[in-house]
Amino acid sequence: MENQATKNYVKPIAVALRGLSKHFDGVRAVDDLSIAVEKGKITGIIGPNGSGKSTLINLLSGIIPSDGGVLIISGEKIKKIKPWEIAFYGITRIFQEVRLFNQMTVLDNILVVLTSRAPLKSLFEKHNQFYLNRAEELLKKTDLWEKRNELAINLSYGQRKLLEIARALANSMVDADPDIFLFDEPFAGLFPHMVKIVEEILRELKKHGKTVILIEHNMNLIRELCDYIFVMDSGKLLAEGEPDKVLAEKEVIEAYLGE
Amino acid sequence: MEYLIHLAILFAIYAILGISLNLVVGYAGLLSVTQSAFYGIGAYATAILLTGYGVNFFLSVILGMLVAGVVSFAIGLVLSKFNGDYYALVSFGFNIIVFSIFLNWQELTRGPLGIPGISRPLLEIGNWKLEISSNLHFLILASLFLILVYFISRFIVNSSFGRVLKAIREDEKAIQVFGYRTSLYKSIIFVIGAMMAAIAGSLFASYITFIDPSSFTLNESIFILAIIILGGLANLRGSILGALFLILLPEILRFVGFPDSIAAQMRQVVYGVILVLLMLYRPQGLVGEYKL
Repeated sequence: MENQATKNYVKPIAVALRGLSKHFDGVRAVDDLSIAVEKGKITGIIGPNGSGKSTLINLLSGIIPSDGGVLIISGEKIKKIKPWEIAFYGITRIFQEVRLFNQMTVLDNILVVLTSRAPLKSLFEKHNQFYLNRAEELLKKTDLWEKRNELAINLSYGQRKLLEIARALANSMVDADPDIFLFDEPFAGLFPHMVKIVEEILRELKKHGKTVILIEHNMNLIRELCDYIFVMDSGKLLAEGEPDKVLAEKEVIEAYLGE
Repeated sequence: MEYLIHLAILFAIYAILGISLNLVVGYAGLLSVTQSAFYGIGAYATAILLTGYGVNFFLSVILGMLVAGVVSFAIGLVLSKFNGDYYALVSFGFNIIVFSIFLNWQELTRGPLGIPGISRPLLEIGNWKLEISSNLHFLILASLFLILVYFISRFIVNSSFGRVLKAIREDEKAIQVFGYRTSLYKSIIFVIGAMMAAIAGSLFASYITFIDPSSFTLNESIFILAIIILGGLANLRGSILGALFLILLPEILRFVGFPDSIAAQMRQVVYGVILVLLMLYRPQGLVGEYKL
């Protein structure tokens, strides 16, 4: 029988790290880090440049291997993970430096992730109306539908960023919809009306019970959007808690101003 | 007329080779310079099976494709560990290895002596037999293979699989995080490309009726690469155009009127100059959709 008390007090965890480390030529980008990210919330990760935020996202998405520590996704312990395996744990991401498929059309950038992950099956797959509708919906949401037949490389910086976000949203697998979204500075370089679009997308994800991990420098956005934040400095955890409380802490202010 | 038919047959063979390599280089972005190895495997399979074992040409095509498929799978496994320039260099190495095998495994290939007396294809359906001995008939056969290869390739590049290939070419890491095991896609397209090249090899062996290792050197691989770069990467029709251009070019230059003593060398020079100019002013080739 389920214990009522535990149910009330233990928060459901989407992703947790235990003692995760990554060194680059002697520099400790992430140093023995342990955090737990609550499910269905928007969790911010802040910290000065070079504090290890992007490295953390890269470790979480399997883009780079860790030097030590354990990753726990939906209760499953993972020591080593390949980049393509992370998607099967329901994680999807955007990159800080936009990484689109440049010499493909805007529409193809979306459709490419809406296909079977089995190579031989994808050979005999044609896109049905269901996928096309979904691509249309996402491109309209990000204001890119008019540009669907242009090559991704010809978009403006902000549009490229929005396309990458749309691509992350499109990543719906046949068997596992992404549950955890890693957003590495999705607002950087966006015009105000684009910022609104992305804000809207993040809120919607939360509404649907998805977990969002957000790296962001704009503290107003952090305050507005995040339920919880982690502050990193030199690869270590400096503080954590609700944004309003944490951002008022003296050490956090110092870490930013001392940059 | 015979001369034109001869050129058309060569064109069909090189168009098949161009398309087969374009799948690998143009769509998947893998700069492979080892296509003549698989071309040679197809040619030797047909030569050995027809002269030594009396196997039907069409069966030899299939067996040649299978051998090329197995060999390319093994080579592809090693190649998949490399990227970019290193990929090209390692593929160079494999071309040289396979060439050395053609040259030195004398019991099988007769080495530099080559294999003469390869027969023309024999079409047998029940009691009905047709030997494709005239060049015109051979041209029809080669064209049918070209059409087949073209449509299979078009099917592949228009499928979801083809779209993932292009994404691998554009940013392999980025497509991996969406759950695609890119090494599988790269292996599969490499094997398909190799099997298509083997078809061209079988046609070549049966058409010329004599083969030796000199037809399957690294130079030949570079020539095939030139076809697709000139015609345009990631465009199947581009490979056909490229083959047409590079097969016809030396023939056209015959009529320019270079003195006989230097004609051959001058053709090489003009051919080189055209490639350099093209790279300078139109790096995407004639109708390419992608630049290296």
